[in-house]
Amino acid sequence: MKFVKYGSIILITFILIAGIAIPLSPTPHSWLQFPVIPGLEEKARNILFHVPIAWTTVVAFLVGTYYGFRYLKTKDIEYDIKSVSSAGLGFLFCFLATITGALWAKFSWGSFWNWDPRETSIFILLLIYGAYFALRSALDTDEKRATLSAVYSIIAGITVPFFIFVMPRILSGLHPGAKGDPDGAGPVVQLKMSPNMLVIFLLGLLGFTLLYVWLLNIRVRLAKLEYKRSIDQS
Amino acid sequence: MTLALNGVTKEFNRRSIFRDVSFSLGSGESLAITGRNGSGKSTLVKIVCGLLSPTRGTIEYVHDGKMIEGEDVRNHIGLVSPYLQLYDEFSGMENLELLSAIRSDRTLEDGRIDEVLNDVGLWERRKDLLRTYSSGMKQRLKYAFAVVHRPDILILDEPTSNLDKDGIEMVTRRVREQQKSAILIVATNDADEATWCSKKVELGTHR
Amino acid sequence: MSAFTSTFALVRKDVHSELRTRYALNALIMFVVTAVATILFALRSDQPTSSVLSGLYWVVVFFTAMSGLSRTFVSEEERGTTMTLQLVASPSTVYFAKLIFNTALTFSMTIAVTILYMAVFSNAFVIKTLSIFIGTVVLGSLGFASASTIIAAIVAKANTRGTLYPVLSFPILIVLLMTVMGATTKALDGEDLSTALGDFQILVGYFLAMTGGSYLLFDYVWKD
Repeated sequence: MKFVKYGSIILITFILIAGIAIPLSPTPHSWLQFPVIPGLEEKARNILFHVPIAWTTVVAFLVGTYYGFRYLKTKDIEYDIKSVSSAGLGFLFCFLATITGALWAKFSWGSFWNWDPRETSIFILLLIYGAYFALRSALDTDEKRATLSAVYSIIAGITVPFFIFVMPRILSGLHPGAKGDPDGAGPVVQLKMSPNMLVIFLLGLLGFTLLYVWLLNIRVRLAKLEYKRSIDQS
Repeated sequence: MTLALNGVTKEFNRRSIFRDVSFSLGSGESLAITGRNGSGKSTLVKIVCGLLSPTRGTIEYVHDGKMIEGEDVRNHIGLVSPYLQLYDEFSGMENLELLSAIRSDRTLEDGRIDEVLNDVGLWERRKDLLRTYSSGMKQRLKYAFAVVHRPDILILDEPTSNLDKDGIEMVTRRVREQQKSAILIVATNDADEATWCSKKVELGTHR
Repeated sequence: MSAFTSTFALVRKDVHSELRTRYALNALIMFVVTAVATILFALRSDQPTSSVLSGLYWVVVFFTAMSGLSRTFVSEEERGTTMTLQLVASPSTVYFAKLIFNTALTFSMTIAVTILYMAVFSNAFVIKTLSIFIGTVVLGSLGFASASTIIAAIVAKANTRGTLYPVLSFPILIVLLMTVMGATTKALDGEDLSTALGDFQILVGYFLAMTGGSYLLFDYVWKD
């Protein structure tokens, strides 16, 4: 865990500095320059923060659903603690991804929200998290809460692959890789980055993932302590 | 038919309801489950019915030398419980017909429903909707529902609640009948009812 | 075979029960009528486009479903008959019976909304490609019922059932809603059947994935 903790601190500090400080140049000739992407210019730096955060949202959702599934199989309440802790972080990262995305959209595409497929998907993910926590608060025993919220997150997970197929068919996209972008229509964003930017971007993915693992660990430990205390009291 | 519980423990909502309950019953044997309110009698009843799984421990049902597992268990069980309700919008007769049709794994012989309705004293009111029944009559109908498929294990949770003198007599008659050939379990607070049974388990003593 | 007979016996019980108590039916009918009337007042003199109309069509279906489809499980839970059903039927029997019942309700609801729409928007709501419309309504009802059945089973175990049901259902149903709205617009615009085949694939996939997932998970929801 020490590796995770210091790794995430160092990596995120590094990409914060590098992402903001490395100058742009129309004709980059050294490692310490980013190329200018027409239409994005300085705003391109946000890719180093926004995309890793959105990525972490998805990781947190999958991990939460996985632990929910483990709970159903084992009925071990510890998996529910892990599942809900991950969902809480997923909600936080989902919120941050929405904010960083909306700000970026305002300055690149002209308005905070455009209902492009990826924006719609993250909106639905926010709704799923909202529904998940609303369901949890409406259930009064630990077992019911754990079981039903696990079932709900799996059911919600079943619909997620459909976003990838349905959204681009119906909504016109603005993100790279969406309908209308000549460089690719696949579900994964095409990475058109200079090598040095790509390295920092991948380090960012790693850094935010480590941050998630670290936060998850803290939250799970805290939740377990609270759980134990409530047992001792009763 | 034999029924065996080994070290059954149930924990629920951060509390241990009961610990290490073990007993075994063969055909013709009966068991009283006693204990104060909240000691988990109804929970244990649900576990024996297969409606709830224990936190630890096992339950075995053996019929004619074969283990019965999973969904087949419920066809061998009849239950009367305050938590079990029948459908208000149907008559007594319709309730038994519909529920037997849904059960469908065991076909009833002709006239079986008439027979049990007679037996619990509801024959005259069989075509009236349940919502017009008194609580005692509803309790009688629950007996009819519990025994209509000739269960090997009959479980009575608070058997005489809402019943008048005739009703209680009907219950004791049923109890004697069941004891001849099958397994009977009675969960009760009433000392008299507990004496119907040959064995006894008391819950809530470990604290 | 006995699984089929039990399932249909349970569907028969639900239909009889519904006809006697009208728990869901009356609410559904009144909801459809009031919702369509409200839309009519709002659009009085406007000529709505086909995409607006198909959107409103499924909005009515969605909210009507949210007012009635949870009854299948909530009424069992409220009346204390859940345990009775658990004693006579296996979880898969209960799931498929409730799914069939809810599909029938959703389907009759869409028929009612269609007839009302054709009557009140006689100029704008004209189904030009009948094959797309029928395919969308049938497959859409299946997917709709499938998702709302498992959510109804979850909601029946919770405290605040009425408000929770649409909250839980909407994120699950949104993909389906977007697809059926798009396909209905195509039917109103008179586009060729071939343009909607992709939508049909999504609807079939959605129904199968949702029903399969629900079937596997239903045991956990149904048993305490």
